[in-house]
Amino acid sequence: MANALDSVAAMRLAELQDPAGVKQVPTRNGFGEGVIEAGKKNRNVIAICADLSESTRMLGFKEALPDQYIEIGVSEQMLVAMAAGMASAGKVPFIASYAMFNPGRSWEQVRTTMALNETNVKIAGAHAGVSVGPDGATHQAIEDIAIMRCIPHMTVVVPCDSIQTKRATLAVAAMNGPVYLRFGREKTPVVTTEETPFELGKAQIFREGRDVAVVVCGILIYNALIAAEKLARDGIECMVVNNHTVKPMDEKAIVEAAEACGAVVTVEEHQIFGGMGSRVAEILAQRRPTPIEFVGVADQFGQSGDPAELIEHYGMGSSAIEAAVRRAVARK
Amino acid sequence: MSTLTPQRLTELKLHANNVRVGIIRSLLAAGSGHSAGPLDMADVFTVLYEHVLNHRPKEPLWDDRDRLLLSCGHIAPVRYSAMAYGGYFPIEELLTLRKFGTRLQGHPERVRLPAVETTSGPLGEGLAQGTGMALAAKMDGKSWRVYVVTSDAEHQCGLHWEATMTAAKFKLDNLIAIVDRNFIQIDGSTEDVMPLEPFADKYRAFNWEVFECDGNDIAQFTETIEKAKTVKGKPSVIIANTVPGKGVSYMEGDYTWHGKPPNKEQADVALRELQAERERLTANG
Ligand SMILES: Cc1ncc(C[n+]2csc(CCOP(=O)(O)OP(=O)(O)O)c2C)c(N)n1
Ligand SMILES: [Mg+2]
Repeated sequence: MANALDSVAAMRLAELQDPAGVKQVPTRNGFGEGVIEAGKKNRNVIAICADLSESTRMLGFKEALPDQYIEIGVSEQMLVAMAAGMASAGKVPFIASYAMFNPGRSWEQVRTTMALNETNVKIAGAHAGVSVGPDGATHQAIEDIAIMRCIPHMTVVVPCDSIQTKRATLAVAAMNGPVYLRFGREKTPVVTTEETPFELGKAQIFREGRDVAVVVCGILIYNALIAAEKLARDGIECMVVNNHTVKPMDEKAIVEAAEACGAVVTVEEHQIFGGMGSRVAEILAQRRPTPIEFVGVADQFGQSGDPAELIEHYGMGSSAIEAAVRRAVARK
Repeated sequence: MSTLTPQRLTELKLHANNVRVGIIRSLLAAGSGHSAGPLDMADVFTVLYEHVLNHRPKEPLWDDRDRLLLSCGHIAPVRYSAMAYGGYFPIEELLTLRKFGTRLQGHPERVRLPAVETTSGPLGEGLAQGTGMALAAKMDGKSWRVYVVTSDAEHQCGLHWEATMTAAKFKLDNLIAIVDRNFIQIDGSTEDVMPLEPFADKYRAFNWEVFECDGNDIAQFTETIEKAKTVKGKPSVIIANTVPGKGVSYMEGDYTWHGKPPNKEQADVALRELQAERERLTANG
């Protein structure tokens, strides 16, 4: 497992606990920066947008690289199938909309024209999770990881903050094959630094501990780190694993974490059914049966509300993670 | 000429003015949401709820009600406001828009608020569901009608045209689509983002009866929808030409108001303008 402990990420924990001291940046900003850099490095990289250039942060790309930018209006199925065609002709398309529609609306096009076709298309799913807030259930993608991770050949990446989203964007641009990259709308804590290593398919330890392995993907990493610090005061030491690549998952890292701790908690802003935690359970059921507790949305739809309010309501706040860790400890 | 007396016309104009006030107040309270589309459809929703629909606000799920679907769910504030002023629920409930626990979700939800008929927000799905309802009504020999309000940019969605083809196949003359033709979408003008013209010809080619009118002219829209109701053997579409942000001077015609609410100062200006319009209408009417 890639050890990110030496990075400033781990060093800055004390600072992270002071909410006023945490820098907050939306993960989508990292995508916006990354895709421009990718487009400058490789002129075959193109950005295609479906009437959401500002909110998906493709606007900067449009301004910087207008010849590599394409606007197609509200047509998310077209977005995928057209990108697959362009990829077959040598382009490297990044396609952006809200995760609810891309890949939510276009699932069969993704399966056939991207995955079965093995075309080099990168889906950028913005505004994922209940944290999109007041727009409500229709716009809160919390099934997207499930529907993407079950497709052969697909790579699924859920970075934890804006810096990591930029790194991930550049990494998927450099690899060949279909990718789903997921990010969010709200400003969320920046827990990594420019020095934090990042490698696709390699989970990272953000905190050492031997009692419970807390395996996280996405922006809830911050809540997990806060929960771990609180639990440490009660003598429960959590290993916090940033499991950004949901597919192909770092199986070795998951098994090692389970072996080291003997209990696991998975954390994701997604349905519990079918998400990152389900994959962890599949791996461990087969290779090292271990008690697991799941933090995520429990088979419900979201609703309108303030993002932080919704994270709490659906049981994904730091206190819910703490409680899950205590349940996991009790089952050891 | 429409069947409206001059006095009734003034009443409807005043009602539309109220609906706009409700939109501004609810958006201000919510702190997020869409302004341009709701304001430009206030006249259409007023005519629908106050003049066209066969419905019972106090018995929202009455079996024989006409079905009104809002396909472009993001303009929900206009529907909510028209429902509140039409007697479906207290006007003050508008201030819960987009808040935790509200029936007035950011995008409308069928199971939370009776008589919104469908959950919408993801664009392009309303006409398909409306086609299904209209076909079911025909199968059962029911006389209620289906009205589907749809935005112009929704016509970039493939499913919308699948529905258009299907409704024509089944000769659904109990189905009327109303298009908010305001020429804007998020990234700019519809004609720059993905050209829709020749718009009316597309519907004609799909065997629909096509009407065009000024969607901000209550008399004209009323007259048009009355004509559409007499069409036999095919579905009708009314292309309602509207001015985005209608009724609030600094929003009119500006696409950047698609997806943001007014702040306090902007809302105050908007409400003052609407009040002035109200006084003008009362003085003249
Ligand atoms: C399937 C789908 N894709 C994208 C969106 C995001 N979105 C919301 S409104 C909109 C387009 C706005 O244009 P229009 O529908 O004409 O509404 P107007 O701005 O005129 O109110 C888009 C792309 C969506 N709601 N559904
Ligand atoms: Mg429009």
